[in-house]
Amino acid sequence: MSVTPENLGDLSRRTLLQRAAAAGLLAAPAMGLLSACAGSEPEKSDTGGAAKSKDNPFGVKDGSAVKVVIFNGGLGDQWAKEDKVVFSAKHPNITVNMSSTQKIKTEEQPKMATQPSDLVMNSGADSMDRATLINEGAIEPLDDLLTAPAWDGEGTVADSLLPGTVSDGTQNGKFYVVNIAFTVWGNWYNAAKFKQEGWQPPTTWDEFFALAPKIKAKGMAPYVHDAVHGYYPRWALMASIWKSAGKQVVVDIDNLKDGAWKADGVLKALEPWEKLVKDKLLLPGKLDHTQSQQAFLDGKAAFIQVGTWLKNEMAATIPPGFEMTLSDYWSNTGDKAAKDVFAASGEGFVVPSKAPNKEAAKEFLRAILSKAGSAKFAELTKSLASTKGSGDNVQDSALSSANSLMKNGGSELISFKFPDFYADLDKESQNLSEELMAGRLTAQQFVDKMQAAADKVAKDSSIKKQTRTA
Amino acid sequence: MRHGVARFVTGFLALPVALYLFYVVWPFAQAAGYSLTDWGGYSDSQRFVGLDNYVRLLSDELIRKAFWHNVFFLVTVPLFTIALALFLAFLLNVGGREDRAGVRGVFGSALYKVVFFFPQVLSLVVIAVMWQQIYRTDSQGLINGLLIKIGLVDADNPIAFTADPEPFLGIPAVLWWLLLIAVWSGAGFYMVLFSAAMQSIPKDIYEAAILDGAGRFDTFFRVTLPLLRDTISVAWVYLGFIALDMYALVFVMTPSQGGPNHASEIFASVIQFNAFQKGQFGYACAIAVALAIFTILLAAVQLRITRRDRIEF
Repeated sequence: MSVTPENLGDLSRRTLLQRAAAAGLLAAPAMGLLSACAGSEPEKSDTGGAAKSKDNPFGVKDGSAVKVVIFNGGLGDQWAKEDKVVFSAKHPNITVNMSSTQKIKTEEQPKMATQPSDLVMNSGADSMDRATLINEGAIEPLDDLLTAPAWDGEGTVADSLLPGTVSDGTQNGKFYVVNIAFTVWGNWYNAAKFKQEGWQPPTTWDEFFALAPKIKAKGMAPYVHDAVHGYYPRWALMASIWKSAGKQVVVDIDNLKDGAWKADGVLKALEPWEKLVKDKLLLPGKLDHTQSQQAFLDGKAAFIQVGTWLKNEMAATIPPGFEMTLSDYWSNTGDKAAKDVFAASGEGFVVPSKAPNKEAAKEFLRAILSKAGSAKFAELTKSLASTKGSGDNVQDSALSSANSLMKNGGSELISFKFPDFYADLDKESQNLSEELMAGRLTAQQFVDKMQAAADKVAKDSSIKKQTRTA
Repeated sequence: MRHGVARFVTGFLALPVALYLFYVVWPFAQAAGYSLTDWGGYSDSQRFVGLDNYVRLLSDELIRKAFWHNVFFLVTVPLFTIALALFLAFLLNVGGREDRAGVRGVFGSALYKVVFFFPQVLSLVVIAVMWQQIYRTDSQGLINGLLIKIGLVDADNPIAFTADPEPFLGIPAVLWWLLLIAVWSGAGFYMVLFSAAMQSIPKDIYEAAILDGAGRFDTFFRVTLPLLRDTISVAWVYLGFIALDMYALVFVMTPSQGGPNHASEIFASVIQFNAFQKGQFGYACAIAVALAIFTILLAAVQLRITRRDRIEF
């Protein structure tokens, strides 16, 4: 799953015109873009082939250059410049050409079939569809990176990663996407305000519904979320479904199993959300991500559901004394996996199959995943890296509450794959999540419509099917 | 000598024509070619599938929805824009008092001309971003804030604007809100176009009509409108193209680009979804080619319908 702090709402005029052009709507002159994609042979590269060693497991050739493209979104790009320092300390004779952008797909997709960059951080709202990249053979499997020794010398790269990172990056049995950040999702609140009012942060829906009138009495809305981008409420709904119905049901949903959405516990998970909307506990208005997050910071709403990039994204406007604290999504009594936490590795790097210097790209990934690199990442972004122990030395209420949530969580991490597997289901689930949270669908209707959408994809022979095993 | 002229002209035209062929016509042909394949957009392998993509788009529910939304804009955008532009142009040129100096516009018409034309100076994206603030869905929005202050709108139930799929006159509300922006931003340009055309109508025709006792209503419908026929028909075709596009507004202003729940889906947003999210470039090209054919046919029909003998003056 990709973590996407940057949204489609944030547009520069230039990129919009580019996209407008790309979609072929300025009648058709724009289809000229398509011609940029016509095939040609990549130049023969002369990059690999140097002696392999423990410090150079892929045999990167001295004097070669590697082109790295960083997604400059909610996490910024300063951390990547620090990784460049780490990399250059070991390989002073390899030139690193680093650039950063918010428009990964707009800029990188046209180059994929001909002369791509060596290492691309495929993240943000404008990222390339992962299933398509893999199905078209456009990106390289990176299993040899996992078995390579870790940058700092202890064990392999795979050993140094947080659980879930490898499986998140695996598709069709091969490891393609190196997620470098670890994001935790849940309900955020201002601990200082709660202390001041004597409110106890709820852990179950019942506790929340009991607390809600008290919050309302103070002139605050109990809850707010991004109501413009459907994948925001979808995180919350899917986390609730996992907690209520258990992992197997979500795996069945991802695998388009017959009647998966009708399984025990799915409807029960969604009913509190329906009640939340019906009881008017949401902040009025259909706010987008930054508007809703600002409303939360302004004290207009007590809880907001979003991931751990929140702190970094809103850093400029956090009022003094605001204790941004993360708590787990609420559960119902009788839930099958109430303790499981919704966390995932994100911010995925890919190496294009036609990249001229794949060896150096993999070597650079090793540097990003190093202890020094990942500690810098956590320090600069206030988000956990997917390398173990990255946040241990950072003092911050947001990061430490996320850290302790991870430590006290259940045995499994909540995850769902169907939006990555199937673009149609991605779109449909976003739309229906918005409809449920707008009160235009009941929980029962949501379940029925999701089942119908899943059945439609299952029957469509033009869509390549994926299987989730773990 | 004649021979030399031909060579001269050819010399000048060869380069532009070559550029046009390479950068405009050739990509057209390529897109049409891709529309017959299952190309995904990320590799250089593709399989020829014949007309499969075209057969598929006929039964695609989303395209049917997008088609009707485009038809809505196709009818309303030219209608409202031209009506408003004509009305404004008439007031600015011949709507004022008539006196010894002859027919003139309303008081202050020079200022109004600049004010109404202003949206045309802004890029469509700037307009969309600006209207996002006007349409903001809580009390901080320009319209909502104002209406909440004077008590016309309940603060707990503000207007949702482009996040509102509820039908108004059978059409999702979001489309009406987008239409308002399109008309607002387009009317100024056509006002200037019509103004220019009106100024080329000899003043004595108006004076003769006034002497015969024609009021403002009659001068407009019996003199101005018939003499502007050519200009209006051209405007109609241009606005038809704009109505078939509408992409920038939908892309910036609606939830999930075409939402809520497909309520503002248009051809361009369906093409964008299929090409760039679903990775089905071949199919997306087929939709684009179908749209291009539809557009050309439409322009031909419009020009045909409005064709008439020209009045020379």
